[in-house]
Amino acid sequence: MQASHVKYRLGKSYGFQILTYILAFACVVPLIAILFFIIKAGVTKINWHFLVNIPKPVGETGGGIANALVGSILIIIVASVIAIPIGIMAGVYLSENRKSRLAYWCRLSTDILQGVPSIVIGIVAYFWLVKPLGKFSALSGSAALAMMMLPIVVRSTEETLKLLPDTLKEAALALGMPFHRVIFKVIIPVGISGILSGVMLSIARITGETAPLLFTAFGNPYLSTNLTQPMQSLPLLIFNYATSPYNEWHDLAWGASLILLLWVLFLNIFTKIVTRKWKVQL
Amino acid sequence: MESTVIKSRNFNASFGSNHVVKNVNIDIPRNHVIAVMGPSGCGKTTYLRCINRMHELIPGASSSGEMKLNEEDVYQMHPIFVRLKIGMVFQRPNPFPNLSIYDNVIAGYKLNGIKLPKAERDRIVEHSLSRVALWNEVKDSLNKKGSFLSGGQQQRLCIARAVAMEPEVLLFDEPTSALDPISTSTVEELFHELKVNYTLIIVTHNMQQAARVSDKTAFFFMGELVEYDDTKIMFTNPKDNRTQNYITGRFS
Repeated sequence: MQASHVKYRLGKSYGFQILTYILAFACVVPLIAILFFIIKAGVTKINWHFLVNIPKPVGETGGGIANALVGSILIIIVASVIAIPIGIMAGVYLSENRKSRLAYWCRLSTDILQGVPSIVIGIVAYFWLVKPLGKFSALSGSAALAMMMLPIVVRSTEETLKLLPDTLKEAALALGMPFHRVIFKVIIPVGISGILSGVMLSIARITGETAPLLFTAFGNPYLSTNLTQPMQSLPLLIFNYATSPYNEWHDLAWGASLILLLWVLFLNIFTKIVTRKWKVQL
Repeated sequence: MESTVIKSRNFNASFGSNHVVKNVNIDIPRNHVIAVMGPSGCGKTTYLRCINRMHELIPGASSSGEMKLNEEDVYQMHPIFVRLKIGMVFQRPNPFPNLSIYDNVIAGYKLNGIKLPKAERDRIVEHSLSRVALWNEVKDSLNKKGSFLSGGQQQRLCIARAVAMEPEVLLFDEPTSALDPISTSTVEELFHELKVNYTLIIVTHNMQQAARVSDKTAFFFMGELVEYDDTKIMFTNPKDNRTQNYITGRFS
C-alpha cells in the first residue's frame, strides 16, 4: 500500500515535470510563429532598393522605407538624449537617498508612469507640445517616447547601483573625493553594464511604439530630417500602410515589420553582449 | 618631546539616540602605532571614523566635541581636506574593481582630477607599492585589474592607495580581519615600516595583534575610553579593572 502510494506520487510528479516542459516550450512558440510569419511575408520585399528609397505613390510598384528608417533613428536619438541623462541622474538620486520623501514620490511616479498606456502619453504630448506649437513635429514625438523610456532607465539604474557595496563609495570618499566625482568616476563606471542594459532595453521598448507618435510625429510620406516638422517612423508607416487598401502598400508594411523586428532583436542581443563584456567583476 | 598629531577633547558620537562614543579624551603622538581595542560594539570603529569624518556620512549620525589635527579642528575644515590628510584602510579590501592596479594606486590623484606628468605618476606608483612590499609581486601586471590580486595583496594595494596621497595619519579599521594568517603577518610587518613616515591608528579586536604591533594602546569599553597607555604597561600592568578583565579574557 505504501509502495503504491509512492508510485502514485512519483507519477504525479512526473506528470507535473512534463507539464512544465510543455508550458516552457509554449512560451517559445509565439516568437517563433511571429518570426516565421513576418520573415515569410517580408523577406522577399527587402533589398537595397527598399532601404534607400521613399515610398512611391499608389499605382507605382517599388519604393522603400528610407524616410521611416531615418525618421525612426532620429526620433529615437532625440528621445534618448532627453531621457538617458535625466533617467540616470534620477536613478543615482534614488540609490543614494533611499528613504527620503522625494525618493518615495519619485519611485512611485516612475512606477506609475511605466504603467501609463502609451496612447495616453501620446495625448499628453499632443496637448503639451503639438497644440501650443501649432503643428505636428518629430520633437514632440521624441518627448513622448522619452517619457516612456524614463521609468525603465531610472529603475534599472537604481537597481544596479543599489547592488554595489557601500565599501566602494567609502573607499572613494576616504580618498578625499567630492561627491560628484565619486558618482561619475567610481559608482557609474562600476555599474555601467547594468545601466547600459537598462538603456538598451528602453530603446528596444520604444522602437516599436506607435501610439505616442500618432498625433505627435504624425508621419510623413517624404524624407524629412527637420525635427520641427512631421516625420515618418517605422511603426507609423506600418500602421498607415497596413490599413490601406493597396497591395503595394501592404508589401511595404510587411518589409518594414521585418526590419523593425530585426532591429529589436539585434538590440536585445547586443545588450546581452555588451552587459557581459562590460561587467565589472566586484 | 614628541608632538601630538591627533587630539580629541570631550569627543562624543551617536547614531540617532544611540550614544556610541562617550566623552573621549586622547592625545596621539606623531610617528607611533596606536592600537584601539575593545569588545564588539564598544565604539572603537565609530571613534576611528570620526577622525576623518567618515562617521557623518551615515544617515542619522552626529558628533560633538573637539577633534584636532595639528591643532586645527577637523570639524572646521572641509571634509575633503581632512580625508586627504588622514587616509583610511577598511576592514575588507576594497580596490576599485574598474581600475587597473596602477590606476588604483594613483586613484586619489586620478579620480580627483589632479593631473601629474607620467614620470611623476610612475614614481608615486612604484614608491607606494614598494612601501607596502607589493612592488615585486605586481610590477609585471600593473595593467591587470585590482580584483585579480589575492585578498592580502588587495589589502596592501588599498594601503598603497592611501599611502600614495602622502597623508599624515593612516587609519586602519580591523585591517586584517578578512585576511589569512600569512597575509596578516605581512600587513603587520608593514606597520613598523610605515610609522617612520606616518602616524598609524589601528582598530583591532585582536589583543595579540595590538600587543604585537603597537606602541600605545587604547582600550574602549561601552563607548568610553577606559585606559590609554604604552602597550607594554597596558598588557602587563593595567590600572583599570576592566582592562585587566579584558586582556585576561574574562570577557570579550
